[in-house]
Amino acid sequence: MKTATRTILTGSQAVAEAIRQSAVDVVPVYPITPQTQMIEAVSALAARGRFSGEIVRAETEHAVMSIAVGASIAGARVITASASQGIALMWEVLGVAAGLRLPIIMAVGNRAISSPLNIHCDHSDSMGTRDLGWIQVGCENVQEVYDHMLLATKVAEDRDIQLPAMVLLDGFVTTHSLENLVTLADDIVKGFIGERFVEKSALDVDHPSTWGPLVLPEHYMDFRIDQHETLEKVKAKFLEAGEQLAALTGREYPLFELYEGKKVDRLKETDTVLVFLNSTAGTAKEAVDVLRRSGQRVALLKPILFRPFPYNEIREALAGVRRVIVYDRSMAYGAQAPLVSEIRNALYGLNPAPEVISRIYGLGGKDVTVEEIVRSV
Amino acid sequence: MRLSLLTTKRSCLSPGYRTCAGCPITTIVRHVLRATDDPVVVAVATGCLEVTTSVYPETSWRVPFVHSLLENPAATISGIESAYRALKRRGRIDRPIKFVVFAGDGATYDAGLQFLSAAIERGHDFLYVCYDNQAYMNTGAQKSGATPLGASTTTTPAGQTGQRKDLTRIIAAHDLPYAAQTSLWPWPDLYQKAQQAFSLPGPKFLNVFSPCIPGWKIETDMAIELSKRAVESRYWPMYEVKNGKYKITVPVPKPKELEEFLKPQKRFAHLFKDQGKMAALKMAIGEQWLRLENLTKL
Repeated sequence: MKTATRTILTGSQAVAEAIRQSAVDVVPVYPITPQTQMIEAVSALAARGRFSGEIVRAETEHAVMSIAVGASIAGARVITASASQGIALMWEVLGVAAGLRLPIIMAVGNRAISSPLNIHCDHSDSMGTRDLGWIQVGCENVQEVYDHMLLATKVAEDRDIQLPAMVLLDGFVTTHSLENLVTLADDIVKGFIGERFVEKSALDVDHPSTWGPLVLPEHYMDFRIDQHETLEKVKAKFLEAGEQLAALTGREYPLFELYEGKKVDRLKETDTVLVFLNSTAGTAKEAVDVLRRSGQRVALLKPILFRPFPYNEIREALAGVRRVIVYDRSMAYGAQAPLVSEIRNALYGLNPAPEVISRIYGLGGKDVTVEEIVRSV
Repeated sequence: MRLSLLTTKRSCLSPGYRTCAGCPITTIVRHVLRATDDPVVVAVATGCLEVTTSVYPETSWRVPFVHSLLENPAATISGIESAYRALKRRGRIDRPIKFVVFAGDGATYDAGLQFLSAAIERGHDFLYVCYDNQAYMNTGAQKSGATPLGASTTTTPAGQTGQRKDLTRIIAAHDLPYAAQTSLWPWPDLYQKAQQAFSLPGPKFLNVFSPCIPGWKIETDMAIELSKRAVESRYWPMYEVKNGKYKITVPVPKPKELEEFLKPQKRFAHLFKDQGKMAALKMAIGEQWLRLENLTKL
């Protein structure tokens, strides 16, 4: 029996394929560039009888996430997709999803935030939601999109976690690019993810439950601390589920990737580390190769799990290097950019401490070449 | 149907909730939910009903109860009902369940109008009940889209200058199976309309008049009495729209004086010193009734 298929898909199609194979119950949708292809692909699957879940065509992204919350409370597996203004509009509901401990999965086609209007890639949208309690998993390429959709679902639905997760793929660069990938057979995916674990459901009318109560100061912080501690547990669960998935795919699922001319577990021959999220990490690998060929001891660190952020693990990985250059594809106006801020936090107090340099690149889809990265080091 | 028979049905709410003395909201909720024998799942908007019945770690609800945000209960119930259909299709649930929303006028006329409109257009099988107390009462009586001409609120202390939205007519324009305006007086009207709504598949809407004790600055025994006077003065027309057909369910051939309805409410006190404003409100109410009568002739 065939266990895997070598195929060619766009990032959006890979999201749709993962949704189909995950036996999702409810998919609320609303169009927004560059995510629209994902929901079109799911709709096309449904029209061909290959997807039997409910597709709910909502009137805004706020409604999309509100519908997702309702469906998830009712015990359904729920996946959706959005980007940019859509993420901004549903911001309020994202906090509800995390606070109510609902394992909703959302693919994000990362895109700039208005104004001025721009439909192209940067990371401002998901960065604007990074502290709302969602798991955030980045993707470099289409293969990672497919794998991380399955992995995120497995981790989010874990009975000890029960938190929503975003899978982040770069708008256009990854959503619209056709790439080679290997997909798993339907029954293997089914075996890996299983049925959603549901502790309580609003449809269990014999055991009525109350969702979203008013919580006064006496108890409120308990909920927040519990949420934080649960999100911290995601690191171990991610690695555990990653090992199970690795046994099926032959690929690895670390919290972050280290590249020293090849994938490595720890840096050995490195003086300078470049830090990139998502698709540009692929470009940066080329730049690392060029620099290493010219004798420079340069490596790449690509964070994969952005929330929870693996501070200790990254601190350990970077201990002993001379210089870390962090490339942010979003800004924090009047403050340090999001990624460099986390890296500085991770490195704080190290002695000797690496020099940390912050660079901003690629906002609103501005293209980044291997040569530019080489020159920036 | 005798009123006393209704009380033999188990209430969806346990006693001890924290509504103001004399508040009719929970009476409306209990009345509506007694009109079906099927199990129900309730979604609510942020507002008085939510904060008085679900204060952690207690809950008054004997039925599944979901609160998400102010404006989105129609979307929340859309999600719950979609999950129900998906799980039913996949054989994971089979019993009939009714899906009901309760939300105030701020959440319905204003913030949630788009959500409600879309949920109706998508055709979800649910009943949406607006308890209309004509302002944002949970936050302290600020003006909403349901605030009537002339009414004083904390954001319109000199009196609201615009006309309130005719929400029931807006909802009826969606050509849904059933939309109605009702009140706790005469009591069978609310119960029968809820029964009627529950008997039909698809989206249904009830707009229920809900006097507010602190917001209208009235005595605690006045909620039902003012419901009666509102109906008898044509201030709150009682009608239904079933499959596009308008019907007045409580005819008011000889309306009583509007002043009898207005007088006990301090929010209208200034109208008694301003004949122009009083006349404007009376004219608006007269036009509303005429418009409704014309609609029933279609």
